[in-house]
Amino acid sequence: MAPYLSISLNEPPLSAQADIKRLTTCSTKFLTEKKTNMYAFPTNKPVTVTSGGLPPILVFRLLSDEWLLVLSTKFTVISPSSPLSTSARAALVSAAYNRVDTDLLNQYPSLRCIVSSGAGVNHINLEECQRRGVQVANVGETHSINVADYAVGLLLDVMRRITMSDQYVRNGLWVTQGDYPLGSKLGGKRVGIVGLGSIGSAIAKRLKAFGCQISYLSRKPKPNVNYKFIPNIYDLATESNILVVSCSLTKETHHIINEQVLQALGKEGIIINIARGAHIDETELVQSLVKGEIRGAGLDVYENEPNIPKELIEMENVVLTPHQAVFTPESMGEVIQICIANFEAFFAGKPLVTPVVAD
Amino acid sequence: MDKIGVLVTHKPLPYLEQELTRRGCRLFRLWESPESCRLEFCRENSSEIRAIVGNSNFGADAATIDALPKLEIVASFSVGLDKVDLPKCKERGIRVTNTPDVLTDDVADLAIGLTISVMRRIPSADKYARSGAWKKGEYTLTTRFSGKRVGILGLGRIGLAIAKRAEAFDCPISYYSRSEKPHPNYTYYSTPVDLASNCDILVVACALTEETRHIVNRAVIDALGPKGVLINIGRGPHVDEPELVAALVEGRLGGAGLDVFENEPHVPEELFALDNVVLVPHVASATIETRTAMADLVLGNLEAHFLKKPLLTAVV
Repeated sequence: MAPYLSISLNEPPLSAQADIKRLTTCSTKFLTEKKTNMYAFPTNKPVTVTSGGLPPILVFRLLSDEWLLVLSTKFTVISPSSPLSTSARAALVSAAYNRVDTDLLNQYPSLRCIVSSGAGVNHINLEECQRRGVQVANVGETHSINVADYAVGLLLDVMRRITMSDQYVRNGLWVTQGDYPLGSKLGGKRVGIVGLGSIGSAIAKRLKAFGCQISYLSRKPKPNVNYKFIPNIYDLATESNILVVSCSLTKETHHIINEQVLQALGKEGIIINIARGAHIDETELVQSLVKGEIRGAGLDVYENEPNIPKELIEMENVVLTPHQAVFTPESMGEVIQICIANFEAFFAGKPLVTPVVAD
Repeated sequence: MDKIGVLVTHKPLPYLEQELTRRGCRLFRLWESPESCRLEFCRENSSEIRAIVGNSNFGADAATIDALPKLEIVASFSVGLDKVDLPKCKERGIRVTNTPDVLTDDVADLAIGLTISVMRRIPSADKYARSGAWKKGEYTLTTRFSGKRVGILGLGRIGLAIAKRAEAFDCPISYYSRSEKPHPNYTYYSTPVDLASNCDILVVACALTEETRHIVNRAVIDALGPKGVLINIGRGPHVDEPELVAALVEGRLGGAGLDVFENEPHVPEELFALDNVVLVPHVASATIETRTAMADLVLGNLEAHFLKKPLLTAVV
C-alpha cells in the first residue's frame, strides 16, 4: 500500500473529484456515443518524465494528479505525444475515453500489456489483442462490490420503504398521522438474478444471508454454483418475486426486461436495475408501475440519463438514484493500486493480477 | 373462550383485532382514551380485564397493573419488554409473553438496510434524482459498506442475525456483551467504548434494561468518531439523544441510521436537514408477514393461558 495515497473515507481529493465527475458522466454515454478523438492527453497538465530506470508506461489520459503522483513513483509516465510512446510496451487506458482497437494497436505496435482502469471491457478488442500477444487487465472486482452493496440497499429500501418513511418522518407526519404503512419481508423471497458475473455473484452471496432463494439466468450454467439455473428470462420472472438486472449490455440483452417479462414477474414483483437503463423497456416499466402490474422498483440507471420519467418521480413504491452504484472513494483508491500491481507483474514477467481474456 | 376482557394498549393490526374478537374477547381500546384518562379507563373496566396486549410504546407499568386486580397475563406485541414492569408481574403472579424469533429476520434486515442507506446516502440520492438536480451535476461519492468493521452491542438473536448478514459483505464482526460468547470468528470487547473505538459501524441490538440505558453516551460517540456510523434498532433510550444530535450536527459523528427515539413519535428536528442520517418511524418489525406472525404468537399465548395449556413464549 502506497503510504502517500490518502484517499479519505468521505471525500476524494479535489483534483480527483473533477476527473471522477467526468468519468461518471462519460461512462454511460460511452455505450451510445462513438467518440472520435479519444487519445487526447490533457495538455494543461505538465508531465515530468523521470529518468533513472523506472519502467515506462504509456498513459493516454491521466484521471487525476493523484494518478500521476502515484504512478511516477514506480514508472516513467509517457504521454501519447512523446517520441517514446511508440516504443512503450505497457499502456494504461481509461474505459470512458479510450477505444483499444486495431488502429490504436497499429499506432503503438510495441504494446504487450494494456491495463484498463475500469471493470467493463467493451471498449477493448480482446480478440485482436490476443492475436497480437497483447495481455489485457482490468481492475477486477473492486467496483463490483460497490454495485452489489447498492443493489441490496435499493432492494431493502423498496421492500422496507426506507426512503419514503424517512421522508414521512422529516415531514412531521409520524406525529400527526401515526404509523407508516407496512412494508414487505425480504427473507424467504425468491430472487432471480439476471447475469451471474462478478456483480451478480456478489449480489447472490449477500442476499443468501438474508434468507432469499436465488435463481439466475446466464448464457450457460455456471459451474460450482449452488443457485438454480433458469435458462430463459420469462421462466426466471415467473418463478421470482424479485428480479435483479446485473448483466452486461449487449445486442441480446437490450430490453431484456420487456412487457412480457414484467407481466410474468407479476403484481407482487419488484425489479432492481443497477446495470444499464437500456436493459429495461422503460416505457413498459412505467406503465406496469402506473397500472399496478408490478409492485415496485429500485432503479439506479435509466434509458436517457440524467432524465427520469416524470411518472416515476411521483411514485412512492420506487426508489430512484442517479447512477451512483459504482463509485466509492475506497474503490477509487484500490483502482490505482490494482493498475500498479498489474504493471509490476508484467514488468517482472509474471502473470497479470486481474487479466481479462476473450470469451 | 368466554368473553374475556382484553385491554389493547395500541391500535392493533386489523388481523389481530378481528381474531381477538372472533375468538371471544371483549376489547378495551386504551389508545382511544386521552393519556390523562387512561388509568381511570382501566379502573372503570377492571372487573372484566384479564389480559393486556401491549406493545413497544405502552406495555404494562406499575400503575396500570395496580388498577387491574383481575389481570392474569400480559401478552406483548413486541420482543422488548422494557415497558412491562416485570418484577411487579412476578410479584402478582401475572404471566408475561413476548414475540421473539418471528421478528428477528426483519429487524436484522432493517439494520443492514439502514446501514447501506446511510453510507451510500440512498434517501438523499433519491431526493437529488427526483428534484431534477441530476441534470445539473453528479451526486457526491459515497462511502463503501462492504469490508467495514461492524460492532454489535448485544449478541442475542437479533445481534447474531445482523452479524450473519454483515459477514456476507465481508465485514469483520466484533461485539460487546455482558460476557464473552462462544463465537471464535467474532472479536469480543469488554466495554462499549472499546467496541466503538474498534469499529466503523456500531449497531445497538441489546435489550433495554437499567444497565443499558444510555449505553451509547458521549464517550461511546466520541470513540466512534467523525467517520463512524451509529445504527439503532434497539430502543430510543439506549442512546443519549441530545448528545447524539449534537455530535451529528457538529460533525463529530459520521452518520446515523435510527429506527427508534427517546420520545416517539417525536424526532429531533435538528436531524431533518442532515444528509448523513436516515430516520425511520419504528418499523423494524413492520412487514405484513412479521406483524401477522407476531399476532399469531399473541393469540397463541392468550389461548394457551385461558385453556390452561403451556404458554408458547413466556418470559414470566
